[in-house]
Amino acid sequence: MNKERVVITGLGVVAPNGTNVSEFKNAIKNGRGGIRYLEELKTLKFSCQIAGYPIYKNDYLNKYFNPIQLKGLNASGLEYGVIAGVDAWKDAGLSISDDAKSPLWDCGVIFGTGILGVDKFREAIHKVDDGNVRRLGSNTVIQTMASGISAFLGGMLGCGNVVTTNSSACSTGTEAILMAYDRITQGEAEIILAGSTSDSGPYVWGGFDAMRILPYKYNDNPTEASRPMSASASGFVPGSGAGALVIESLDSAQKRGANIYAEILGGHVNSGGQRNGGSMTAPNSEAVQRCITKAVDNSGIHPDDIDAINGHLTATTKDPVEIQNWCKALGRQGADFPYVNSLKSLVGHCLAASGSIESVATVLQLKENFIFGNINCEDLHPEIASIVHRDQIPTKTLDFSANIIAKASFGFGDVNACVIFKKYNLM
Amino acid sequence: MTNKELLSKLKTIITPYVQNQVGLENLTEDTDFIKDLEINSANLVDVILDVEDEFDIEIDNEAMEKMLTVKASIEVIEDKLAKK
Repeated sequence: MNKERVVITGLGVVAPNGTNVSEFKNAIKNGRGGIRYLEELKTLKFSCQIAGYPIYKNDYLNKYFNPIQLKGLNASGLEYGVIAGVDAWKDAGLSISDDAKSPLWDCGVIFGTGILGVDKFREAIHKVDDGNVRRLGSNTVIQTMASGISAFLGGMLGCGNVVTTNSSACSTGTEAILMAYDRITQGEAEIILAGSTSDSGPYVWGGFDAMRILPYKYNDNPTEASRPMSASASGFVPGSGAGALVIESLDSAQKRGANIYAEILGGHVNSGGQRNGGSMTAPNSEAVQRCITKAVDNSGIHPDDIDAINGHLTATTKDPVEIQNWCKALGRQGADFPYVNSLKSLVGHCLAASGSIESVATVLQLKENFIFGNINCEDLHPEIASIVHRDQIPTKTLDFSANIIAKASFGFGDVNACVIFKKYNLM
Repeated sequence: MTNKELLSKLKTIITPYVQNQVGLENLTEDTDFIKDLEINSANLVDVILDVEDEFDIEIDNEAMEKMLTVKASIEVIEDKLAKK
């Protein structure tokens, strides 16, 4: 059966090291990160007082939100998602339909998040507890419902197809891309804005600090804190931001004469059922391997066709296990292993936003012929060094024209997602 | 506070919520917030909260339900100010 070909025609990103695609691309090429010390976290007695979060001036929001939407806006994830989403839409050469026209029936939004508008929710909790519920105003619900992000984007763009928010912890962004891909291959939509976003701040990151899974020895040295694949990795640095990709049928992209960044060959989403080594917080390795294998099969490629991997690789003790899973799933190791990198060394773990931000990075690598370098893994973990050749884990950005890159994300709840991106060729 | 001052303050409060600018330019006492100014009905509660802040008054649910036109709003505000 001939599947409908699906391509990526627009990108948007709001990351700790760049709040638009060109800034972000320069940052990842040059090994420039976005992890910083936060005085607020020290005051609040966090062990880990560093984080990766996007920085922009407040008036930047005027480009994206109207004065009514800005009034009482206190939801960072909503800001990031709208900026990234609208940027991607415009980057794809799509216009923003005015509200007098009918909706775009063939265009949808699948934009995930873990939790939205935490600061707004805190504001509301204080008012409610003070017996002042009547003073909440009309914007508490729209900024704190999880689907606030897809609702805002859907309304701004006038989308009339699926408009929804998915949520699967740290695999949310990658899952959103595959949900969009599936819907388009089924012929149910032509264009879907897919992505994910994650709020900033102590109320989002606190729970992870309490689990003692964040590094606490780098408060004076934030750029060295996030150490995926390193022997001295001591936990993930919390992050935030949003990534967005316009996913479109090749047919529609060609009709519009759109710029094509890359093709999506396929992918797979699964769960380890929290069995056989899997738990709420740890992945079942069999499921991870199965997810990768199924993604490869679904894409109609051979494991040897994969030139590079953009891993989940968070900088916890699980990194060697992830590398081992890739080795087993692909049947490749040593110098035969594909290049592998982790964006988290530069920006930290952007949680629900990680899959989409990292997918934007992956697609940029395919389009612009480079493999960005991993920082902070000069001291490669010995278990990784024993199965993958050092050269396959570049510490400096390489000029390399990859044809196929695999991207995977894994999340709490023992959920996995793997997508296969390919350089776009007409044939 | 004169009626004119009150009207001017009310106009400043509702301006950010107005979606029909022509209606705003032709604002009179008879102007209806939803029909003439196309203020989203969900935003009416925000207008009320802004009025409360501006005039330092509290508007109960019953009074709020009346505040659909400029005239009715001014009456409610004047009434609450008098009772302060």
